[in-house]
Amino acid sequence: MAGTALRGRLTWQVAKVSAVTAETASVRTITLEVPDWPGHRAGQHLDIRLTDEDGYVAERSYSIASAPGEPVAITVERLDDGEVSPYLTAELRAGDDLELRGPIGGYFVWEPGDGGPLLLLAGGSGIVPLRSILRHRERTGSTVPVRLLYSSRTLDDVIYRAEFDMAASGVEVVHTLTRHQPPGWAGYARRVDAALLAEVAWPAAGTPLAYVCGPTNFVEAVSQALVQGGYPPQRVKTERFGATGGT
Amino acid sequence: MSPISRGFRRRRQDPAGSADRVPPGQYLTKDFPVLSAGPTPHTALDRWSFSIGRGGQQKTWSWAEFRALPSQDVTVDIHCVTRWSKLDTAWQGVSVDTLLDLAGHDGQFAMAHCDGGYTTNLPVADLTGGKAWVAYAYDGQPLAPEHGGPARLLVPHLYFWKSAKWVRSLELRDTNEPGFWENYGYHIYGDPWREQRYAGD
Amino acid sequence: MEAVDGNAIGGLLLEVFGTEMTDAPTICASCGDARQVAELVVYLRGPGTVVRCRSCGNVLMVFVTIHDRTCVDLMGLASLG
Repeated sequence: MAGTALRGRLTWQVAKVSAVTAETASVRTITLEVPDWPGHRAGQHLDIRLTDEDGYVAERSYSIASAPGEPVAITVERLDDGEVSPYLTAELRAGDDLELRGPIGGYFVWEPGDGGPLLLLAGGSGIVPLRSILRHRERTGSTVPVRLLYSSRTLDDVIYRAEFDMAASGVEVVHTLTRHQPPGWAGYARRVDAALLAEVAWPAAGTPLAYVCGPTNFVEAVSQALVQGGYPPQRVKTERFGATGGT
Repeated sequence: MSPISRGFRRRRQDPAGSADRVPPGQYLTKDFPVLSAGPTPHTALDRWSFSIGRGGQQKTWSWAEFRALPSQDVTVDIHCVTRWSKLDTAWQGVSVDTLLDLAGHDGQFAMAHCDGGYTTNLPVADLTGGKAWVAYAYDGQPLAPEHGGPARLLVPHLYFWKSAKWVRSLELRDTNEPGFWENYGYHIYGDPWREQRYAGD
Repeated sequence: MEAVDGNAIGGLLLEVFGTEMTDAPTICASCGDARQVAELVVYLRGPGTVVRCRSCGNVLMVFVTIHDRTCVDLMGLASLG
């Protein structure tokens, strides 16, 4: 198949930041006003492009945190040695321009018609597209049963914690805290492994649909364990964020 | 025309006096970014070899033989075409001059072949005269696999895509054929001081 | 740099092909492995973006953006879409 060359910038547009809100000490949700936004699907992402005064360009992808119909928002985790995330989480403010392209994604998306039961598996900032799916499920009145298994380092690192503490009916949220647990913690305290999945995942015998998102190592380990546990590979959707979930 | 992102600056450390060591369009980093076109190979030392030559006339060294060759400690600045530069990087390796003297050399050009299939091309003139090494240690430690270990080519006067990681042979040739990135539009030579990033620059 | 997957090149493919491609089916020309773009292995941030077969590791696609043009080589694919 031959190569193709096209001039870039067919789809980039400039949005305005309407708010930057703190989720955790190192995580911010950036809400955007996008003039020509066509609407999006739960699970999609957008690409961000930053340009400095010398013309240097940096591009990154971020999952959309809001449900279809809500204002477009992304959630960004600050990585200390990152190039883009420190800017987005500490410098960017309401009123700033932000160049973006999207929405993007036709694979890691969920509609109520896709059914379930749903198994959502998040490692760190991998929770972002899964939160969009959960909000979409609630806004549409879907009754598809959901289990969310969310792996974080500590309780303070749990993003959208208050929202998950008040989970909608039909949604079970299971946390595992891998690095440090608060006194009296009765929940899981280790990385997701086959034994933990065996206790939490929907039985493979039904028609479960799994969405796994987070660092590449997390996604590989969890998706392989699900398939080894009997989930058909085509019922396990994956989105890998790289070693650190993007910088 | 993209808007300037208010308050956004690429990472840049410019210690005083370093401006003349940073080629045009580059910024300094204290990190050592890991960029690859594929998975990190892990070649066991007892299966590793390095060859130089062409066709049926190659000189080959096993790991033990290679490590017994005279080596040099060099400190050089390196420049990646993705715009980062890193000053005063310390390496240990065998000079390509040493390898070519032992192999006998015949050919104006070379193609580096690497575990994982990566290739890059260079004129032999840029591999000789104390300008290139096959390096197996960085910063006093054995070269880590993600940085090209067991051994990589080190040609600091050219963009760092020419310093091929996981190098296993230098094939000598009469013609200058493009390697992996050169085939996709990167410059056939790659001099950072003339900012030769892309073909035609 | 750890590999990511084909979700990460959705924007690039949108730009080059003018349509959403992450769910497009692919077939590796080397080993015949069939899977959607989203599940391919992707190496970002180098001089170019390299997409490899999850089964045999062969190069399927290479994207290089030079000045304002993005070129894509699809030589490693037997089919896309």
